[in-house]
Amino acid sequence: MSELLVVMEGIEKSFPGVHALSQSRFELRPGEVHALVGENGAGKSTMMKILAGVYSKDAGRILLKGREVDIPNPRAAQHLGISMIHQELNLMPHLTIAQNIFIGREPRRGVKFVLDDAAINAQTRQFLDMLHLNLDPRTKVADLTVAKQQMVEIAKALSFNAEVLIMDEPTAALTESEIDELFRIIRKLRDQGVGIVYITHRLEELFTISDRVTVMRDGQYVGTVKTSDTTRDEVIRMMVGRTIYETAPDILERPEQDIVLEVKNLNRGRVLKNVNFYLKRGEILGFAGLMGAGRTEVARAIIAADPVDSIEVYVQGKRAHIHTPSDAVRYGIGYLSEDRKRYGLTLGMDVETNIVLASFRKFLGALGVVKRSKTRATAEHFVKMLAIRTPSLQQKVKNLSGGNQQKLVIAKWLTADTDILIFDEPTRGIDVGAKSEIYKLLNDLAHQGKSIIMISSELPEILRMSHRIIVMCEGRITGELSAAEATQEKIMTYATQRGGIIQTTESAPTLSQVGTA
Amino acid sequence: MDISVAPKEKVTPARSWFRSDATQRLLAFGALIILIIFFSAASPNFLQFNNLVGILLATAVNGVLALGVTFVIITGGIDLSIGTVMTFSAVMTGVFITFWGLPVPVGLVGGILTGALAGVINGTIIAKMKIPPFISTLGMMYVAKGLSLVISGLKPIYFNDTPEFRPITMGSALGSVFPNVEFLQIPNAVFILFGAAIIASLILTKTILGRYTFALGSNEEATRLSGVNVDRWKIAVYTLCGTFAGLGGVMMASRLNSAQPALGQGYELDAIAAVVIGGTSLSGGEGTIQGTIIGAFVMSVLVNGLRILSVPQEWQTVVTGGIIIVAVYLDILRRRKG
Ligand SMILES: Nc1ncnc2c1ncn2[C@@H]1O[C@H](COP(=O)(O)OP(=O)(O)OP(=O)(O)O)[C@@H](O)[C@H]1O
Ligand SMILES: [Mg+2]
Repeated sequence: MSELLVVMEGIEKSFPGVHALSQSRFELRPGEVHALVGENGAGKSTMMKILAGVYSKDAGRILLKGREVDIPNPRAAQHLGISMIHQELNLMPHLTIAQNIFIGREPRRGVKFVLDDAAINAQTRQFLDMLHLNLDPRTKVADLTVAKQQMVEIAKALSFNAEVLIMDEPTAALTESEIDELFRIIRKLRDQGVGIVYITHRLEELFTISDRVTVMRDGQYVGTVKTSDTTRDEVIRMMVGRTIYETAPDILERPEQDIVLEVKNLNRGRVLKNVNFYLKRGEILGFAGLMGAGRTEVARAIIAADPVDSIEVYVQGKRAHIHTPSDAVRYGIGYLSEDRKRYGLTLGMDVETNIVLASFRKFLGALGVVKRSKTRATAEHFVKMLAIRTPSLQQKVKNLSGGNQQKLVIAKWLTADTDILIFDEPTRGIDVGAKSEIYKLLNDLAHQGKSIIMISSELPEILRMSHRIIVMCEGRITGELSAAEATQEKIMTYATQRGGIIQTTESAPTLSQVGTA
Repeated sequence: MDISVAPKEKVTPARSWFRSDATQRLLAFGALIILIIFFSAASPNFLQFNNLVGILLATAVNGVLALGVTFVIITGGIDLSIGTVMTFSAVMTGVFITFWGLPVPVGLVGGILTGALAGVINGTIIAKMKIPPFISTLGMMYVAKGLSLVISGLKPIYFNDTPEFRPITMGSALGSVFPNVEFLQIPNAVFILFGAAIIASLILTKTILGRYTFALGSNEEATRLSGVNVDRWKIAVYTLCGTFAGLGGVMMASRLNSAQPALGQGYELDAIAAVVIGGTSLSGGEGTIQGTIIGAFVMSVLVNGLRILSVPQEWQTVVTGGIIIVAVYLDILRRRKG
């Protein structure tokens, strides 16, 4: 057995009202990829943030190459050779790629305070080349897609030449080719002796990339196994402490025939071209396609979150005039954003408020006073139904784990009780157990006569849940498939059917998440 | 800012012309040109040399204050104390030079350092005690105002024993080299303003302090996680702002040949207005020194032009308010597009 790079033992951490970690442990060898898995809120991010100096531990020891170390802040972690890619993007959108990568350790020219931007641009180009990323280091981060921003985060973490590299769900927003690129880099680093901690909810990835797996549950260490000695089911059992049924609830009940939503003649510059489709009552309509195919843009156009060149929306057969997102809610259309942190939640407010926020009017009594008992009951109901892990309804949302925030967005729109629900990547960052809960929920909603558009980059999810599938490529609808005829291959064919459109400078997108479930 | 409907990432790489930084400066600059053309056409007096010098002089102090607060606003903060800190610095300059009889250069440096000290205190309260900038600088605004009145005994302090003090801003170094050329008789204050602007611009675009100014305003948490000592740089930014307020105070004292303890309140709002008209976003992360200078000139041209057209003072104020709103609305439109 090689010498241990990192040992964390007896780690304790409490937040007000939450015992996030108790007697937790973790170890990392040089030259290994060590996966860390567990349900939403199990304490994975907290554990690694302690190692990266973001949080301080209440008790326990951290040994780095056998020597006990104190890591009071991120800077100290950097000096010890520990770098972390956070679950949520942590970039400065107004700065360029190069400025982001070198923030905090800018090379200076001559005088101590003068920046050398030429140097950081040149070095950044090297890091980007290493990742086969064809981007100009002087591009502002705000102008990049979420996937490219994630790649910039990765480039930044690599640029530290760290010995310990922590990746907290790095692939959540990446396309398949970018994931391949990431795995290639990870293997290269591993061969150079870097120890890599890899947090993910995509269990397939474990078997592709990791050497060992550590499972956490409820802030405690459950166990560590060699990846080659274990199975997916075994890992799941360790995670949830029981067997869960991963097989889908079989849906495929015919939806009714009346059309509740129809979109015609939707155009937006080079982003969307002549998009037309309809949605029937009780139907789950899957939107498949590559990252950047324009699926999110369609949703945002319907609720008028972005300006478009032309669009006609018909709700229950009548022309709907939607000029703002709140108009959309009045027409009974709810949109669950893929980027919960930016658009989906009010992070500084508590769980209860966030759940009722989109439907406050329902909770008003005489004189416009909010009926607290009613809001509390509703919030309690959804917290229970979706198994949202929170110490109380008064917890600030920013203190919830990433996956629990995602569940909260869903609760919010279920409360709003809109007839048409657009789910954009509803299971991103959600653990296996909760995933099947969400599938069941979507199914129930459709049974109750709600109509659902589900945008997802995970093909198996689309195939398993949809009554009908629309495939997009480069801003056009290139195909429509019924559940019966749809296969991964057919969807892929449509998803790569380019229509002789001028390419943007972004590298050609590739099909994401094929083969994940 | 309307977070919930903020447009997603650009799909086309080219930013629309309406959004680009160059255009933003052009918009404010265009507004300035239009104002100048309008007032020149409306009154023959507007383009008189003396009037133009008046405009430049009127811009000098407000411009210097605006330069400092540009940094603070780019970090996403605000500094409401610069007006009274300016006054306090002027009063302390009076104390140093007139009361204590210190040499003028020492008094000048002392005055500027007084402003810097106020900035250090602002920054420390904000960074270490975590009191929001609006509140802490509001407090400092009152403290500086009160101290000015206490120290001066409510009376102006004159610089009558040091005749070399007033020419520091009101004299014309350039004009004395070419005594016969009328259009070169430009007071030093104007050159101080432009000198300060060039320095501010270099700090903002070329130095580490400038880089962290933008980083703090863009995403403070990410900056912290990147290992930057956020507190220290925040203090540095407020100190810089205070230093400019100190410079403004010294300039004000020199121009009036006296420290007027009751003056100052309200100057912070003029400065903030100039910054905002210049396209710096109050939500942080973006802004330019050029924009601020243009914004400061928009303000002073407006006031001057309206006065020349004999618009009553009260109405000047009303129009100024309207212009601020229109300018910021144009900027919001610019951001929403593209
Ligand atoms: N800053 C904080 N304040 C209060 N509670 C917190 C804070 N950060 C995390 N927690 C709580 O600690 C627990 C563990 O959270 P953590 O983010 O480590 O989970 P996780 O395993 O990363 O989950 P996910 O898979 O959803 O990202 C959760 O119950 C969470 O609500
Ligand atoms: Mg997490």
